[in-house]
Amino acid sequence: MAASTVTNAKCGRLEMLGETIRLAIQAIFRNALRSFLTVLGIVIGVGSVIAMVTVGQGSTQQVAADVQKLGTNIVIVVPGQDALRSGPNSTTASMFTLRINDILQQRIPDVVLSAPISQTRERVIFGTENRLTDIVGTDNRYFQAARWDLAAGRLFEPGEIASGRAVCVIGKTVHEKLFGSGDPVGAKIRIGALSCRIIGLLQSKGASTFGSDQDDFVIMPLATFQRRIAGNTDVQSLYVSIRDGASVEGAMVEITDVMRELRRIRTGEDDDFEVLDMKQFATMLTGITDILTGLLSAVAAVSLLVGGIGIMNIMLVSVTERTREIGIRLAIGARSHDVLMQFLVEAILLSLMGGVIGIVGGLLLAAAGTTWLSVPFSPSLGIVLASFAFAALIGIVFGYFPARRAARMDPIEALRHE
Amino acid sequence: MDDIPVIELKKISRIYGKGDIAVRALDGVDLRVDAGEFIAIMGPSGSGKSTAMNVIGCLDSPTSGRYRFMGYEVAGLSRDQRALLRRHYLGFIFQGYNLLPRASALHNVELPLIYMGQARAVRRKAALDALRKVGLEARAHHQPNELSGGQQQRVAIARALVGNPKVILADEPTGNLDTKSSVEIMDMLRGLNRDSGLTIVMVTHEQDMANYADRLIWMVDGRIDRDERKVRAA
Repeated sequence: MAASTVTNAKCGRLEMLGETIRLAIQAIFRNALRSFLTVLGIVIGVGSVIAMVTVGQGSTQQVAADVQKLGTNIVIVVPGQDALRSGPNSTTASMFTLRINDILQQRIPDVVLSAPISQTRERVIFGTENRLTDIVGTDNRYFQAARWDLAAGRLFEPGEIASGRAVCVIGKTVHEKLFGSGDPVGAKIRIGALSCRIIGLLQSKGASTFGSDQDDFVIMPLATFQRRIAGNTDVQSLYVSIRDGASVEGAMVEITDVMRELRRIRTGEDDDFEVLDMKQFATMLTGITDILTGLLSAVAAVSLLVGGIGIMNIMLVSVTERTREIGIRLAIGARSHDVLMQFLVEAILLSLMGGVIGIVGGLLLAAAGTTWLSVPFSPSLGIVLASFAFAALIGIVFGYFPARRAARMDPIEALRHE
Repeated sequence: MDDIPVIELKKISRIYGKGDIAVRALDGVDLRVDAGEFIAIMGPSGSGKSTAMNVIGCLDSPTSGRYRFMGYEVAGLSRDQRALLRRHYLGFIFQGYNLLPRASALHNVELPLIYMGQARAVRRKAALDALRKVGLEARAHHQPNELSGGQQQRVAIARALVGNPKVILADEPTGNLDTKSSVEIMDMLRGLNRDSGLTIVMVTHEQDMANYADRLIWMVDGRIDRDERKVRAA
């Protein structure tokens, strides 16, 4: 008698699982509307995660592509470390100086030039017009490194740079907003308390895709900015152009070495600055998107939790409704494990269905969102699979308790249940 | 082989609750059922006949005593071991039929075979054979609510038979049926016992139904009061 039991059990396990799944699908579709409402939380949770991640990845890709356009041989040096790392962060690290910028340019052969940059946002006024825009203090090296060309007028004279004259070069957007189609060169604009003469107008570069209008700024000599606008001698970042053909990675290592020496960082101590290539710079710029993604993911997580509780609730109802059925199954020879599996599989399938609907819905939403933001739509298989797995996990976690309740029923009691 | 009883209860007690409120549903029951016997257990309500049935059917464990099933001690088996025993060696027929309401007659009969892990085609054939035996092959795809009480009980008999059990346990099998259907069902059980040598243990409170059995057990207050063997005309 034992031998036949063993062989049956061996070949029957798959058969049994097939039956369990068939049974679960029947049970789910018997109450199709109830099942759908139950998994709505999972649908919304999974859908929003898929949509957010896909749109987020699309915009990150777009920003990276944008930054790439600025030139692959550009390196940016900023004070402080990413807040996630151990070194001093951007609020505690000291700023750079013009001296550091110039030494960097002299000392490293692969550095063609290094432009010091300080900036702030300030309202610019001309006559009755005004505009809040970026005010940048730098020198002519910046125009060269970032490939800005003049549309009218001239760049700064060495004397204007050295003595910090109140002269400026403006971008096309500022020109249009303040002057309309009139010629701005020679006109004086007001920036806070400073009256500044326009000596040049830059050619338009157009909008960058990560939102900002590249032509929306006013550039003045660094010394002018430091004395008249900022009131200090800080340089906030260095815009470094690497020689064509030289290794950008190699140059970044050299820059790091020189910077450590100039900022007197001892061996073993963390950097208090960061050297970023354009790809990393793009990542830094999209850091804010990550925070947003994180926040929305938390919302999604709550939604998934609520969805899981919904599944648990409906499975408990289902177990109670089917007490007699459970009794019958136990009487004819179902083990606790068989009953447990039956209800667990049902919960998992329920959750997975929610997951699949959520994945499809999320991808549709992402397709619409990316089209609207005109960023690439490139869904990742990884996140789809992860969502699927997570939905299954929710089914297991929240289905286990009701399934166990069913599995532990006393067959005699269950058969008596009306 | 033949001298090993199918069912052998020795000093079986089943006590519910503890202390002052303890109820002795079974109080030292001794019973031996040999292969091929058809016994009817009778008694007033509260006499312990249902409890005896649950213990014999391995749905319940006795509080004390020994229970040998086909020579194997089963009183101390775990819940899952008892489930396996029911699966492979026992068939149940209940007063209220206890069919799955939303499943066809065929699926109901297949159910025990699913738990035995049999392949779909094998199951289907065996279930149809069992339905043929009870004369309901034509109703295989009807749901229970489309069948009369007598027909539902016949589906239940097919379900009890399909796994080739050693013993059929019938708990008031005609309790919900009219006289005509009751006679049909009892004739069927009688035939199964006579033709296939199937051991049948039936609980009933109707003397007419008990008369179909070869042996009558009377229970009172958790004990066996009378044990009568009927001498049948050959």
